[in-house]
Amino acid sequence: MTTRRALLAAGGLVLLVRPAWATPESLRKAIDTFAGGKDVRNGRVTLAIDTLVENGNAVPVSVSVQSPMTAADHVQRIAIFTPQNPLPEVVVFHLSPLNGRAQVSTRMRMATSQPVIALAQMNDGSVWRHSVDVVVTLAACLEGN
Amino acid sequence: MKRVAWLLLVACAAAAAQPAPRRSGYQDMARSTQALQDDDTQNPAMLWVQDGEQRFATDCKRCHEPASMRGVAARYPAWDALLGKPVTLAARINLCRQRHVKAAPLSIESDALLGLEAYLARQSRGMPIVPDPEPRTKPFRDEGERLFRQRIGQLGFSCAQCHDDHPGQRLAGSLIPQGHPTGYPIYRLEWQGMGNLQRRLRSCMFGVRAEPFAYGSEGYTNLELYLKARAAGMAMDSPGVRP
Amino acid sequence: MARALVRTPATARPGEVVEIRVLLQHPMETGFRPGADGRVLPRDIVTRVEAHFEGARVFAADLFPAIAANPYLAFPLRITGAGNLVVTFEGDNGFTHRETAAIRLA
Repeated sequence: MTTRRALLAAGGLVLLVRPAWATPESLRKAIDTFAGGKDVRNGRVTLAIDTLVENGNAVPVSVSVQSPMTAADHVQRIAIFTPQNPLPEVVVFHLSPLNGRAQVSTRMRMATSQPVIALAQMNDGSVWRHSVDVVVTLAACLEGN
Repeated sequence: MKRVAWLLLVACAAAAAQPAPRRSGYQDMARSTQALQDDDTQNPAMLWVQDGEQRFATDCKRCHEPASMRGVAARYPAWDALLGKPVTLAARINLCRQRHVKAAPLSIESDALLGLEAYLARQSRGMPIVPDPEPRTKPFRDEGERLFRQRIGQLGFSCAQCHDDHPGQRLAGSLIPQGHPTGYPIYRLEWQGMGNLQRRLRSCMFGVRAEPFAYGSEGYTNLELYLKARAAGMAMDSPGVRP
Repeated sequence: MARALVRTPATARPGEVVEIRVLLQHPMETGFRPGADGRVLPRDIVTRVEAHFEGARVFAADLFPAIAANPYLAFPLRITGAGNLVVTFEGDNGFTHRETAAIRLA
């Protein structure tokens, strides 16, 4: 009887240690920080990414925004977010009228199937969004290396 | 109606009896991964090619004109008269370094050696694989074929069982390729870096829970000899990108 | 020494908008990956990339661990004249690298 209680007590003390991954809270905070408190609206942004990805290690991704890129009307920043990666932020691009066009590309990592969210902030402070659901079929590797 | 059915049956049987055409692993990849390989300005392997090009200029150009390196990678493994056995391209680079440049050999999976291999392999891109016609390579190639057909590891698989008998089907979610070494050295997305054929073969052995051969083992050379013969005539698509 | 490739068009016309492509050799170790001994490998990433054309900043990016190893970035540039495009990289453990590419007019 005593042994079992002792065992149960010991079991209760075992802490479940888990790395802290992105949560809805941390994603919301990251987006709020980027948007500087402005409302985020859908539109003007196009996130180009495969919806079915065979390997999450290097996923090509492009973001383009309809904008004349003039001094009066241009994109200042483009950011990409992932709700279910270890961190919500992926990258923040800084542009100006010197770019002539608002279109950026990179390769990102995806830990699991999730929506990928692109945000663009204009020089007038407005923030626009496009989200694409991506399925990641990580190769179920038998191999280690 | 019966006549048509009979003709269809014969046609299907005839089609099934033909061996499947050979496919490079490139053809089994998603379009976006193929796009990475197709574009030299996006292919991560080009970083290693750039490194190899500079090392070649420093160490190798004293004897070899870069243009003369076209087709070299497509002919390896090849017979080395002094050693009396076939050697891989990586081994040849190191033999040259030791014999002619008087430089220390580069470690087999080092970025430096991969860079040189990638640079040389790039010079053979698009060219057909040509196994060394030297008759003395035959016993080594036969040994490679024996290894290819030998069941190994806890899972008791031979290379042939997956890559000859079931290419195009899936093992634990992964598509089984035919396993032709047309793209080596490759930038593998899973490795997030470059690797040569030896690295890939080690992964395969590990995958069937077998003890991989030691680094630099002749087993890898013999296997590569056989694999290149099995892929004879196929175009090199090196340096490749693979998932 | 880190390897980098900066692709500029062979020739360009003033006023044209071209695509600049940057590829850097760097492991972008995320800080979430366990090593062979089971312990998590420390983060080692590139955090900032900037491009300047004839002294003026024309592009910048803040990178996080989710950017793939051997990072690739592409951005547009409106051609104003011939000159040097200088791309700089900064990251963890004091990492810095600088690569220059020429913009040539047709």
